[in-house]
Amino acid sequence: MKKRLVFVLNSLGVFLAMLLVWRGIIAAFNVPAYMLPTPWMVTVAFGEHLNGILSALLITTEEAVLGIVSAVILGVLIALIFARSEWIRRLLFPYTVLLQTVPIMAVTPLIIMWVGPGQAAVTLVAFIFCVSSIIANTTQGLISVNDDLVALFLMHNASPAQVLAKLRLPHSLPYLFVGIRISSGLAVIGAITGELFAGSSRVGQGGLGYSILYAMAQMQTDLLFALVIASTILGFAFFFTATFLEWLMLHKWHESAAVSRLES
Amino acid sequence: MSAPGIPEVLLTNVTKRFGPSAAPVLDAISLTVERGEFVTLLGPSGCGKSTLLKLVAGLSPITSGEITVNGMTPVNARPIVSFVFQDATLLPWRTVEKNVALALELEGRPRDETAQTTQSLLQLVDLSHVAQHYPRQLSGGMKMRVSIARALATRPRVLLMDEPFAALDEITRDRMNEELLRLRAEQDWTVLFVTHSVAEAIFLSSRVIILAPHPGRIAHELTIDLPWPRTAETRESEAFDALVNRASRLLREAHRA
Ligand SMILES: Nc1ncnc2c1ncn2[C@@H]1O[C@H](COP(=O)(O)OP(=O)(O)OP(=O)(O)O)[C@@H](O)[C@H]1O
Ligand SMILES: [Mg+2]
Repeated sequence: MKKRLVFVLNSLGVFLAMLLVWRGIIAAFNVPAYMLPTPWMVTVAFGEHLNGILSALLITTEEAVLGIVSAVILGVLIALIFARSEWIRRLLFPYTVLLQTVPIMAVTPLIIMWVGPGQAAVTLVAFIFCVSSIIANTTQGLISVNDDLVALFLMHNASPAQVLAKLRLPHSLPYLFVGIRISSGLAVIGAITGELFAGSSRVGQGGLGYSILYAMAQMQTDLLFALVIASTILGFAFFFTATFLEWLMLHKWHESAAVSRLES
Repeated sequence: MSAPGIPEVLLTNVTKRFGPSAAPVLDAISLTVERGEFVTLLGPSGCGKSTLLKLVAGLSPITSGEITVNGMTPVNARPIVSFVFQDATLLPWRTVEKNVALALELEGRPRDETAQTTQSLLQLVDLSHVAQHYPRQLSGGMKMRVSIARALATRPRVLLMDEPFAALDEITRDRMNEELLRLRAEQDWTVLFVTHSVAEAIFLSSRVIILAPHPGRIAHELTIDLPWPRTAETRESEAFDALVNRASRLLREAHRA
């Protein structure tokens, strides 16, 4: 308990020190506000534009959530097909790896062109950012089941459905959650990137990425800072939720999820 | 159930190759295991012991020859056979109790029967106090006891065991050996057992088959006429030592041949 208090105080100290350095740099070099606003100016901008920031946050959250959820659903389905047939896996799996190495940002304009600007396109971009890591990790989990365990199931006349439901799927759950954890960050990045290109079909209705473009065009650096902070908070919230869900599902039986208990 | 005289496990001239042009892993193995026997396969690493057990379980096809289990083909005989693997192979997401219940669940037995059988088996292997634990909370010896309880749940007539105690320390292994014989006195299954340990083979078995490698074939057969029941004292007898020495010598010869 005392340790935790010390930790919180320390973190707070580091945070305050960083604000001081920030403010100090502005004072020392006489940086104009349109280049770098003071922490206080950013706070004020946050308050002034609160409604706009919150609605932008909501829109981006919606896109990122839809993107990652559809990536999990479709990714697991594709992984099931890959796990079922080695032939299909050999043929198509390289493309999911390729998808991970393509700088997806470069493809984003194409998607916007095909789908048309708006939330649907942005959601699709978030989905594409997420889906390959879901497929890759889940496939790995589904096919890395111990041969002896499969033999055990066969010895007791298990049906293919039983092997899937009682062996392969639970075994792949920790792998799926690795994919979800990676995707949680990518979903937010994907949604904001999508908005940077597509924004919204209607002015004032866009998410964080669109608002960032808007603030930049208006040279409202203080608002830009506030939006960057809001994006960071959103990314953190996604990662935290993913990690929490993972802990919730796995901590009872899985080694990696149990480790944190050992260390604390 | 079965006509008297039908052997529990019968191998006739069994040969196994992995792939048409590969050298045989097992060559012309003929072996009869009668009901109630405890037969152990002893042989150097790579001589095909695990392969032989998998053939008997119907988990891998034979190249030529014939195997019957209680008069049936290995695949048809699965309901009366259980397999115990070298690693405990428990499902980490299931509690001890649910792991023991797995086989019954897969075979679609009624829920209350499953629960009852599971309870009494946990008692039998002295694990009732950890019924709600997960495998990662157990020691190696406890995991192996869960694995054995799981195998016994379907009331098998034939038990195939592939180095079940190889990963355990010697003291735990000796204790598990005694426990296995105690269980067998209550449930009388026929056992085909695989081990590297000569002492374990002598202690447990009514008969020991010594295999020679490349290709795997039967080199010697030893009948173990030590008196039953066998206990910790059995290991201290001169007869036990003499058998261990003899089997070790035959094993070395088989290895050289
Ligand atoms: N699925 C397989 N495909 C090809 N070769 C195999 C396969 N399984 C086993 N073998 C080969 O068959 C031989 C016998 O293997 P096996 O596992 O039966 O030996 P073992 O006697 O059980 O050895 P150990 O004591 O080390 O467990 C080995 O040379 C091995 O390489
Ligand atoms: Mg083996």
